[in-house]
Amino acid sequence: MNEISLMPEEQYQRLQQRSAADVKELWDLLDMVKDPEVPVLSIWDLGILRDIERIGGQIIVTITPTYSGCPAMDNIRTDVATALNDAGYADVTVNMSLSPAWSSEWMSLEGRKNLRNYGIAPPEDADLDEDGLTPDAHAQCPHCSSRNTRRISEFGSTACKALFQCNDCNEPFDYFKKI
Amino acid sequence: MSDIKAATLEYTTRLGDDSVVLGHRISEWVSYGPFLEEDIAYGNVALDYIGRARMFYTYAAELANDGRTEDDFAYMRNDREYRNLLLLEMPRGDFAYSQVRQLLADVYYTLLLPELVQSKDATLSAIAAKSIKETKYHLRRSRDWVLRLGDGTEESHKRTQKAVDQLWGYTHEMFDMDETEQMLADNGIGVDVSKLHDAWRQMVSDILTEATLTVPEDSWAVRGGRTGYHTENLGHMLTEMQFVHRSHPGCKW
Repeated sequence: MNEISLMPEEQYQRLQQRSAADVKELWDLLDMVKDPEVPVLSIWDLGILRDIERIGGQIIVTITPTYSGCPAMDNIRTDVATALNDAGYADVTVNMSLSPAWSSEWMSLEGRKNLRNYGIAPPEDADLDEDGLTPDAHAQCPHCSSRNTRRISEFGSTACKALFQCNDCNEPFDYFKKI
Repeated sequence: MSDIKAATLEYTTRLGDDSVVLGHRISEWVSYGPFLEEDIAYGNVALDYIGRARMFYTYAAELANDGRTEDDFAYMRNDREYRNLLLLEMPRGDFAYSQVRQLLADVYYTLLLPELVQSKDATLSAIAAKSIKETKYHLRRSRDWVLRLGDGTEESHKRTQKAVDQLWGYTHEMFDMDETEQMLADNGIGVDVSKLHDAWRQMVSDILTEATLTVPEDSWAVRGGRTGYHTENLGHMLTEMQFVHRSHPGCKW
């Protein structure tokens, strides 16, 4: 067996919440809303979809930002409303919740796999340094799986990523930071 | 509006002003960074601060409840209405100057935010919790740069020391308390920043010493940001920052 699926507690809680929801069809529907910066991740996979409620005819969706200044949030808010409107739900409110603060632990297992296949190393593909921050080497290369890599920059193409380069295949790649 | 609510609005606006002013100053480096990765890093840090400002201003608008939005707070107030710390409005200077200012601010937030998380105000607490994680990355970067520049070449050492000397007198204001902040601290909403000064001085001194730099004497101090008395620099900065918004009032795209 080359992969033992260890599910973080946060993941388990999210799955429980989803399967116990009385609006399961809406959770399924919103799987079509992707992060505009990382289109292989749905907002469920990324963990920014926090809750869906139906009160009478009104649908209330709660989302949370990954980073304070994430410019994708405005798009995501519009995409959520559009997806629900197109499915016939006219009365939609999208709320932004800051607490609890988003954690990369919330990312789904499926999302992590998709991220790796897309060429971005997911958070668990690097061992954090003693300060609990992105290490300066050894994040696993999503292209050739080598651990012989080095960090080029702590801050990558978006706030949620750092930039690495593989010393074996020479490819640069993004690493999705663990926070 | 109750006294506490009015004070919370004032306090939230101050925190928003600090964030937007520093965020804008950092953003001025975009496309001027010494190399591409550093340029991108600066853009990221600026985004974190501007995002933080949006959260504070959105909450301030909610408290004010007078029809204003986050944009009105950022773009429709003049320099005398801004309440940010003077340190944060100083022009970006050279790279050493910006990194030293960043270090002074990053250490400040490293100490301030864990206290603000304890706030009885749920929104301020949530914003602080959101910002703590980002600040760890900010501090590591500014610390690394100050070590590298201070303990670098003769020229980089000289410039970094000069920046420390020029900025030091603006740091005292960060730890001042006034009636508003004292009332909020007494009510468990705001942070008593005066209690952070010793820890801040210790952390900053350790880093400066490791960088072979000299910790300045406390021979002068400038104050005024919290009462709206700014250096001439803020007005020029706001002119640039607010120009588009004021030229097209109410524009949506």
